[in-house]
Amino acid sequence: MAKQSLEVAAELQGTDLVGFDHHVQKDPVQMITEGFRYFKTNKFDKNPELFNCLAHDQWPQFLVFACSDSRVCPSHILNFQPGDAFMVRNIANMVPPFDQLRYSGVGAAIEYAIKALEVPNILVIGHSRCGGIKRLMSHPEDGSAPYDFIDEWVKIGKPAKAKVIAKFGHLPFETQCEHCEKESVDLSLMNLLSYPYVQKAVASKRLRLMGGYYNFVNGTFERWEFECHFSPHLPA
Amino acid sequence: MATPSPTTFSQPFNFFKDVRRTTLKTSTIFGPKLKSGEIEHTHLRLLTFFKTGPRLELKASKEPPGLTQQLDNSRLESLAETENVCDFFEDLKHRFLRFKKRKFKENLEHFQNLAQGQAPKFMIIACADSRVCPSNILGFQPGEAFVVRNIANLVPTFESGPSETNAALEFAVNALKVENILVIGHSRCGGIRALMSMQDEEDSSSFIRSWVVVGNNARLITKSAASNLSFDQQCRHCEKESVYHSLSNLLTYPWIEEKVARGELFVHGGYYDFVECTFEKWTMDYEGGNLQKNSRFAVKNQFYWC
Repeated sequence: MAKQSLEVAAELQGTDLVGFDHHVQKDPVQMITEGFRYFKTNKFDKNPELFNCLAHDQWPQFLVFACSDSRVCPSHILNFQPGDAFMVRNIANMVPPFDQLRYSGVGAAIEYAIKALEVPNILVIGHSRCGGIKRLMSHPEDGSAPYDFIDEWVKIGKPAKAKVIAKFGHLPFETQCEHCEKESVDLSLMNLLSYPYVQKAVASKRLRLMGGYYNFVNGTFERWEFECHFSPHLPA
Repeated sequence: MATPSPTTFSQPFNFFKDVRRTTLKTSTIFGPKLKSGEIEHTHLRLLTFFKTGPRLELKASKEPPGLTQQLDNSRLESLAETENVCDFFEDLKHRFLRFKKRKFKENLEHFQNLAQGQAPKFMIIACADSRVCPSNILGFQPGEAFVVRNIANLVPTFESGPSETNAALEFAVNALKVENILVIGHSRCGGIRALMSMQDEEDSSSFIRSWVVVGNNARLITKSAASNLSFDQQCRHCEKESVYHSLSNLLTYPWIEEKVARGELFVHGGYYDFVECTFEKWTMDYEGGNLQKNSRFAVKNQFYWC
């Protein structure tokens, strides 16, 4: 049943997500009414086997971290269909280091995805012109008033900022931000390894870590694998 | 403190003998109690190096029908050690190129405008569950919805301090000035199930528990209102109760309540049932409600789509 469902899911990928009718300014309720009707008519009702399986369980291949930015939903840019990806979305697609007191939200998602769902891949996707990264790179040097919650959150990326300034501080601010958008993805991948169950799964090759970068200015997508090597034990 | 020999550790990894003090700290990392801050330098020892694999950049040219890719052939061979890795990368490539062809290029002017800035009408708070992406079920297109996804679509209170969810709220409401916030719950939610399974006395080091306790009031209300129902039915009740609870929590943010009171911001709840494929939606009636602690506010504009 699972194999059949995956085949149906593959067929779904060939269909358009939704009729892309962005030109018309719609009432918000009308937007979601029509959106749900489209989904039900064109996806749900046409793929009863898949959705019947999904009603009982999910077996996503990916845990995805993506930015909350309205322009970068992975379901659009990577055409994830229902069931494909367990997805966390937050400001600047950040994964904080292990800290049960401060970062229980992200930790809960990682814990559930790895321990309960046993996803085999984690993909962290950064993107161009990220407001969160821009805030990280500019505040407090620009003297602007603090955004209490945003500033507290984006400072997770401070090691990435420091690295970028050290290496690319001579470049224009926008270019530094672009570097930081990518460096922050690598930092998040590194922070993932501070979760014991992630590190264990990676070491036993049950889990792969991948980075991605969506540039919506020039329409490109980069992806790379985050390889980890652990110290060998020295002989006695 | 005695320095243990490396052989006493049961972790699956090996460490250099000369960093025993560091490895002592790492034993607490794998245990149930992690001390914050210990990670910083220890994991740099654990991980002697990491590298990012070669980056493949996928571009779409304006030449139909094939889309060009820039590949470094010499690095391509080192890219994938196993066929599985190749398959996943190939999969991602095809997914992106499909989007590029069917959406991006077909609506180039719109995407160029979006590249300059976003002005979404909605902020959505939805669950991370793979089956409930708002872009799929409600058809949000690029640029339409600023989305937060977490376990069980929970919204912590203002008083609970900074978190990823309220950082996103601050950005959406104060920077992007969205007009609507929609919190969407769903059927068979694992996070709500974990919340309902919590015992009051339980002392757990689980992240899930630390997070879902945000919805504890919803659990208590459900237990008192629906104790005669089966556990599954109680969970379903809590899935909706939790949405009401999250909407109330939204109003603990002064800058949200101000805008709701002025009619500049509307707060909605939603519930997606993926078993029956139905969607319920309601709007908080701020003026009609007489907000009291732990009680529901009034709602209006309720819809049920099936």
